[in-house]
Amino acid sequence: MKIIVSVKQVPARDSALQADSDGKWLDESDLTYEMNEPDAYALEEALQLKEKLGGEVVVVCLGPQRATQTIREALAKGADRAIHIEVSEGVVLDALATARLLAKAIEQEASEFILTGLQSDDLGYGQTGVVLAELLGYAHATIVMEVEPQGNAVRVKRELEDGWFQNVVLPLPVLLTIQSGIKKLRYATLMGIKKAKTKEIKTIPSAHLGVDAASGLKLEHVYPPQRSKQSQILTGDAKQAAKKLVEKLKFEARVI
Amino acid sequence: MSVLVVLEQQNGKWNRMSFEALAAGQKIAQSVGAPLEAAILGAGIAAVTGEAAQYGVAKVYSVDHALLADYTPDGYTAALEQLIRSKQPKYILFPHTYQVRDFAPKLATRFGRPFASDVVDIKTDGVRIEFVRQLFQGKLNADVAVEGEPQFASVQAGAFRAQEAQVSAAPVEPFAVNLDASQIRSKPEQPFREAQRSVDLGAADVIVSVGRGIKEKDNLPVVEALAEALGAELAASRPICDNGWLPMERQVGSSGQTVAPKVYFAVGISGAIQHLVGMKGSKVVVAINKDENAPIFESADYGVVGDLFEVVPALVEEIKKAKA
Repeated sequence: MKIIVSVKQVPARDSALQADSDGKWLDESDLTYEMNEPDAYALEEALQLKEKLGGEVVVVCLGPQRATQTIREALAKGADRAIHIEVSEGVVLDALATARLLAKAIEQEASEFILTGLQSDDLGYGQTGVVLAELLGYAHATIVMEVEPQGNAVRVKRELEDGWFQNVVLPLPVLLTIQSGIKKLRYATLMGIKKAKTKEIKTIPSAHLGVDAASGLKLEHVYPPQRSKQSQILTGDAKQAAKKLVEKLKFEARVI
Repeated sequence: MSVLVVLEQQNGKWNRMSFEALAAGQKIAQSVGAPLEAAILGAGIAAVTGEAAQYGVAKVYSVDHALLADYTPDGYTAALEQLIRSKQPKYILFPHTYQVRDFAPKLATRFGRPFASDVVDIKTDGVRIEFVRQLFQGKLNADVAVEGEPQFASVQAGAFRAQEAQVSAAPVEPFAVNLDASQIRSKPEQPFREAQRSVDLGAADVIVSVGRGIKEKDNLPVVEALAEALGAELAASRPICDNGWLPMERQVGSSGQTVAPKVYFAVGISGAIQHLVGMKGSKVVVAINKDENAPIFESADYGVVGDLFEVVPALVEEIKKAKA
């Protein structure tokens, strides 16, 4: 089985983020980056599928040069090789443009499975996987909690709203977007990190793919959100703040 | 050149977010001077289409077909593609449900169009529409313009006040679609729940909810003490339940329970939108978080910026004093 997993590099989860000076994107100076957390779960599922079915796990990643760090991490955890679609620093693409580039880069691979995280922690469109499936003609299922291969088909457990679930059977080839948090993520071993250095990363500049990758969604203005409620921030040390809070809850909100 | 809102129903039961999407559609329709229309997909849907006709729309398209009885992305995409090619709406809006997340990107791609998903507001000057979206889990907002037409967008839960029913009813127009069973690749089974819920957070007056900030399971007694002092139910954001630190039935958010207590304490919860939609109905929200830029403070009435391991024990002590 060939299993492709699509990963993205995003600003680290605890980053303090600010809009850039012209309000078109965020200020990327001094940021650290990490693998998009939902994609880390997709990678884990891909590695477990390979352990079950044999074959290879191929990582595909669209991002600037710095994304090689995230690709190396995926290789160190056990992926076999990688395709890096390189874009210039600061390029922000919508899900359709991203998926068009990914589709072009992997269409010759003819994989049985493609896995992605269910959304990215940066733009959060939550679409790249579904669009990619449509472009490649793959069946798909989203928000997948369990994957049970059945020969030329796969049975997946999908999460619905309000605590409901549903099993769905799909034919291969298939694209699945994986829910976060279901399985424990593995760490890269020292041996894995060593091996990763010798694994193949095929770098393709995005312009070489000959795809119209103009973004149809334009970020006209990026800004910090306004507070929807008039929130009162209670200051002082822990004890003082706690005291003020209890007074407010007792005499102003009258809830205790 | 209408505004078409795709409403969601399952077995004759509405997903209530449909009416919020309808309100968003109304805003665009009034602003650009276009008729507001609705579409409903399913099998045997006469009752719901009739009901939808009372929600201030000019027309309801009833897309009724045996192969649409169970939702599948292939079936829904094929049916809506035919409707949209025939009626050519300029704007197509959806409620941002799990189902819409599953098929709407596929549908938009079939038209070679981008999809402005998870919109929290709409800005309009009568000509140009900008969709407001959250970036970075709510840490920043963006006004997004869509180039070209038609424009596809989905509306986040709670962003718009649901459209109200009116006395007069619009016409319901059946729209016949050509679907073949061979087009539908996925075979859905019956939806199910894992176990009966033993906790009804929806009925709780006071909720203490804990997030990633608690760091590890062994620290839970810190917030349990607060819940006990307040006589509150303990709840959590998704990562806590995923880790198995608290049972899934105590999860608040789009994939867990929706709550509306008198007071909601969000402790060490950053406030991702998936969590906020589950607790938006709370009367008073208290947030305790070490990151002053955490989005949770935007929906909080009272906030304390500080280390929860210092603030919460101090709070327990003060509450005990106040109650004594």
